[in-house]
Amino acid sequence: MTDYLLTGARPLGGEPTDLLLRDGRIAEPADAGKKVVRVDADGLVALPGLVDLHTHLREPGREDAETVLTGSRAAAAGGFTAVHAMANTDPVADTAGVVEQVWHLGQMAGYVDVRPVGAVTAGLGGSILAELGAMADSAAGVRVFSDDGKCVSDAVLMRRALEYVKAFDGVVAQHAQEPRLTEDAQMNEGTVSGVLGMRGWPAVAEEAIIARDVLLAAHVGSRLHVCHVSTAGSVELIRWAKSKGWEVTAEVTPHHLLLTDDLVATYDPIYKVNPPLRTAADVEALRAALADGTIDCVATDHAPHPTEDKECEWAAAAMGMLGLETALSVVQHTMVDAGLLDWAGVADRMSVRPARIGRVGDHGRGLGAGAPANLVLVDPTASRTIDPADSASLSRNTPYTGMTLPGAVVATFLRGRPTVLDGKLC
Amino acid sequence: MRRHLLSGADLTREDALLVLDTAAELRALADRPIKKLPTLRGRTVVNLFFEDSTRTRISFEAAAKRLSADVINFSAKGSSVSKGESLKDTALTLEAMGADAVVIRHSASGAPHRLATSGWVRSCVINAGDGTHEHPTQALLDAFTMRRHLGDLDGRRVTIVGDVLHSRVARSNALLLSTLGADVTLVAPPTLLPVGVEAWPVHTSYDLDTELDKSDVVMMLRVQRERMNAAFFPSAREYSRRYGLDERRFARLPDHAIVMHPGPMNRGMEISANVADSTRSVIVEQVTNGVAVRMAVLYLLLSGPDTRLDDEPAGQEVEK
Repeated sequence: MTDYLLTGARPLGGEPTDLLLRDGRIAEPADAGKKVVRVDADGLVALPGLVDLHTHLREPGREDAETVLTGSRAAAAGGFTAVHAMANTDPVADTAGVVEQVWHLGQMAGYVDVRPVGAVTAGLGGSILAELGAMADSAAGVRVFSDDGKCVSDAVLMRRALEYVKAFDGVVAQHAQEPRLTEDAQMNEGTVSGVLGMRGWPAVAEEAIIARDVLLAAHVGSRLHVCHVSTAGSVELIRWAKSKGWEVTAEVTPHHLLLTDDLVATYDPIYKVNPPLRTAADVEALRAALADGTIDCVATDHAPHPTEDKECEWAAAAMGMLGLETALSVVQHTMVDAGLLDWAGVADRMSVRPARIGRVGDHGRGLGAGAPANLVLVDPTASRTIDPADSASLSRNTPYTGMTLPGAVVATFLRGRPTVLDGKLC
Repeated sequence: MRRHLLSGADLTREDALLVLDTAAELRALADRPIKKLPTLRGRTVVNLFFEDSTRTRISFEAAAKRLSADVINFSAKGSSVSKGESLKDTALTLEAMGADAVVIRHSASGAPHRLATSGWVRSCVINAGDGTHEHPTQALLDAFTMRRHLGDLDGRRVTIVGDVLHSRVARSNALLLSTLGADVTLVAPPTLLPVGVEAWPVHTSYDLDTELDKSDVVMMLRVQRERMNAAFFPSAREYSRRYGLDERRFARLPDHAIVMHPGPMNRGMEISANVADSTRSVIVEQVTNGVAVRMAVLYLLLSGPDTRLDDEPAGQEVEK
C-alpha cells in the first residue's frame, strides 16, 4: 500500500505540519520512507473525513436518480469518508437482506463507508416495527434507524422503538413532522405561503413531535436523534432537553443554514424540500445552535431527483435537494467565514459528533498518530461558482446553481487511500 | 406593462388604469350589433385549461374572438395531459404551434409563473386562475365594475367576505384594489384567513356586521361546503349565519353600496337569493365586464411590438 506524506497541512486549521498516511493509519511523519508519495498540502486545512448521518443513495429502486456508486463518488468529492444511506428505498431497507445489499454495494464502490440506516417500521408503514435486531446483527451492523421521509407519528410505536434499540446501542433518528398538520403541505407556513397561495407546513408540526419525542426518550432512557431541524422553536426544545441531561442529539442541513422561504416566490421546485426552507430568523437560530453545540452536527439530507421530477409545476415536483458536494462550502460560508465556528468546530460538527451518534468506529477519530487515515484536505481560500454539470451525482437538483461559495476539497483519503486527489475523483 | 399578467402585483397604478380605461372603450362594443374588431387578426390565443372553468374560458374565448384572434381551446380533459404529459411538453407543443398568448388555468399555485419564466414558451402568459394563488383578470373586472358604479376607487371601502385562505380572487383583489387606492377589508372566520395576512395591504375582521355600514362594496366569495369536513367551520348553516349576506345584513348597507360575487354562487350559503337578485347586485354585470377587461388585457399584451418575433427570453419585461 502506498504511503502518502501530506506536507504543510494545517490540522483543524492550526499550525502547518506534515501528516504521514501509512497502512491505513496516520503515522509519525519522521517515519516517512523514500518511496512515500508527497502531496503538497501547503495552506490546506486538514480535517477528519466528514461523516454524513443523512444521505439518500436511492439504490435499490431509483437508480435513475442515484446509485450507491454515484452517491459515494459525490460524497468523496465533498470530503466525506462515511455516509448513512437512508432507508426509504424500494424495496425499503427494513430487512437484514436489504441493508446488507446496500452495505455490500458501498464496499464494492469503495469511495466511502456506506452505513445503511434501517427503517423503524416495516415498509415505512408506521404500524409495526421492522426487524431492527436482525439489521443490527447483520453484516451492515445497523445502529441508526429512521423512517425518514415519514414521521414515526404513533406515540406508542415511537416509544417501543426507542426502548427496543437500547439492546444493541441503536438510535432512532426521527423525521419530525406531525402528519395531520402537514397534509399536502408545500412550503413553510408564514407570510410567503399566504401570498403565494401555497399549503403551509407550520413550524409547530415539527416542534410538537420533537417535544413529544424528547419526553418519550427521557421516559424510557433512550437515545433520540432529531433529523434536519429547521425551526427556531425546535432549537429551543432541544436546548431544553439537553439541559435536562437527556440523550438527545440533532442535525441541521446545509440548506437550512443558508436558504430561506422567500426563494419559493420563484415557484422553482429546485427549492422544494422537506422540511421546507424557513425564515431568516430560523436560519439565524440554527446557525447559533450549531455554533453553541445545541445542534450536534450538519447532515446533508442529500436527496437526488431526476430532472423530470423538478422540471414541472411546484405541486407536482419531488421534495429534496443535492447536498454532498456543497455541504462543506456552505458550512464554511455560513459558519466559518461568519466567525461562528472555527475549523476545529467544523471537524467536531461534521465528523466527530456524527460518527459518535452513528457509532461509526473508524471515523471522526481526529488526526493524531494512530488514528485511522480518514481525512480531507480543504483549500479554504478557493471559491467556486456552482454548476450542476460539475456534480458527481447522477442528479442535478442543486439549489446553489450560479452561487459562488468558498472552499474546495483538494483531497480525500479513506483508510490512507485517496478517493479524491488534486480536486479530482480517483 | 409587463409582458405577462401573472399577479395583481404585476400591475402598477398606471398599468391598471390603462387596462381599465381601455376596457371602458371596448365595453361600448358590447352594446353594438356587430361586436368584432380586427385588431388581433392573425394572432393565436390558446386557452390552456387544466381545471374545469367554463365561465372563465368562455369569457377569454369571447374576448379573443371579438378582437379577431384565432382561439385554440386546450382542455386537460380528453387531451394528452390526462395521459400523463408534463406541463413542459404541453408548453413546448403550444410553442411549436405558434401561440402568441397562452391563457392558463391550473390547479397548482404558480403554474402560470412557471410557464412564463421557465423558457419553455415565448408567448405572453395570462393567469386565468392558479390554485389558491391569484386570478388577476377577475380582480381587473371587479375593479372595472366598481369604477362604473362608484367612480374613482381612491378611498373607497371594499369588504371582501369569505374563504380568503383558498381564494385566488381575494388575493388578486387585495393587491389590485390597494394599488388603486381602495381601502380593503377581508372578513372571514379566523380559520379561513391565511397565516401572514397581517403583512397584506388590507385590514381584516372576523365580524361582518361591524363592517357593513361603512362598505361601498361588499364582495362575497364562494365557500365550498366541503371545507366544513376539514373543520374550517362547523356547518354550512353556522357559516351562513355568521358570514352570509342575507336580507337583514343587506339592509344595513349604505344606499349606494353594491354587492358583488365572482361566481359561481352558493345561493343560501354565502349569499341569499334575494340579495343576489337585488337591483344593487352587479353579479351578472361582472360577467359582461369580464369580456371587456379580458379584451383590454389581450389587446395591450399582444398589440405592442411584435411579441412573437422578438427574441426576448420569456419572463423579461418589455416596455409597450
